[in-house]
Amino acid sequence: MKTDDLVALLTNHAEPADHTLVSRRYWRAMLISAVGAVLLLLTGYGVRPDLPVMLGTPLFWAKLSFPALVALGAFLVIARLARPGLPVGRRWTVIALPVVVVGAAAMLTLGLAPASERLAMVLGISWYTCPFSIAYLAIPGFIAHFWAIRGMAPTRLRIAGAAAGLLSGAVATLIYCLHCPEMEVAFWAIWYVAGMLIPAVLGAMLAPRLLRW
Amino acid sequence: MVRPRVHKNAAQSTQAQETERQLKALFLAGLDGDTQCYHAFLQALGGNLRAFLRRRLSNIPDEIEDIVQEILIAVHNARHTYLPDEPLTAWTYAIARYKMADYLRGRYRYEAWNEPLDSQRQELFAESDQEAAQARRDVDKLLSQLPDRYRLPILHVKLKGLSVAETAQVTGLSESAVKVGIHRGLKALAAKIRGTT
Repeated sequence: MKTDDLVALLTNHAEPADHTLVSRRYWRAMLISAVGAVLLLLTGYGVRPDLPVMLGTPLFWAKLSFPALVALGAFLVIARLARPGLPVGRRWTVIALPVVVVGAAAMLTLGLAPASERLAMVLGISWYTCPFSIAYLAIPGFIAHFWAIRGMAPTRLRIAGAAAGLLSGAVATLIYCLHCPEMEVAFWAIWYVAGMLIPAVLGAMLAPRLLRW
Repeated sequence: MVRPRVHKNAAQSTQAQETERQLKALFLAGLDGDTQCYHAFLQALGGNLRAFLRRRLSNIPDEIEDIVQEILIAVHNARHTYLPDEPLTAWTYAIARYKMADYLRGRYRYEAWNEPLDSQRQELFAESDQEAAQARRDVDKLLSQLPDRYRLPILHVKLKGLSVAETAQVTGLSESAVKVGIHRGLKALAAKIRGTT
């Protein structure tokens, strides 16, 4: 086909762009991500019995804000990466900041605790299932966010895939907090981060295939 | 073909800014539904892409037009991802670069494209070349639908001009398999062109 013909053909398919399409797609993906994780939580795990008490506990809200901020950062990064030619810039810090703060708080609490209790603080009672539970809850979000990005035009596939995976992992962690009884910052700093990293790494690995356009 | 670029830079960047202004106006009007502007935008962008690619990919001049078309299609399909406040140059360049790398990766099945390109961004809009070559796209598209045992013999013998023996060596097929592959492959191609399969 000659390029002139192609240009004519494309022009014939140039209906005015729908400006709301992008944000609608993102919101739908977020909704699927959250609702899907809640459904998986309710069917497989249940809500922690002391949740009403927790809603009045500042530490519980601190715990929620950790994955919530990571999710916000991952979303800001994705919104840039999904459009060609936009630098991500300082939005990375929104992801890094909560991780650094929780890491520092973990060091602090561990440092203040007697040496004999430190290992128990890190491992809690569920360290061997926690990251995998988070990854499990992240499945609907993983699919939804990849679907949303596929509708855009990412040009740095691996990093976009990692950010999408991280977003699904962070939303899953947020929902998982409704079940997870662990209240040690040191536990969050390792196992929550590990749980969020599983879909992120998977996203980076699968991105060249799933996001290619 | 290394051209002295240093003293050209100033003129190039003025030209690039001018093109950015013009193309952006056309593109934005096109996004709002003005098909004439959109047509002019694609036409002009094709010219810029052609000049840009011809300079970079002088080793595969026959395929430039294919890549130009790939990029134009990509720009068209991704037009909803453009934010009006952002420079059109950066947006288009990112797409062009992605599609170029994708095309070359498929071509070599190997990441042969490692040249850092970011400094060349301004050059994309700096020159234009409106002379389109006929693309090989249609033949390639048909060929790609054939299984390898037909496609490779045709590709090597009929398009690249190798002998049957050489093709057998390159593809690992036996000589008789190459001959049969050409025969049946051409038949299958003819059927595809007639649209009977």
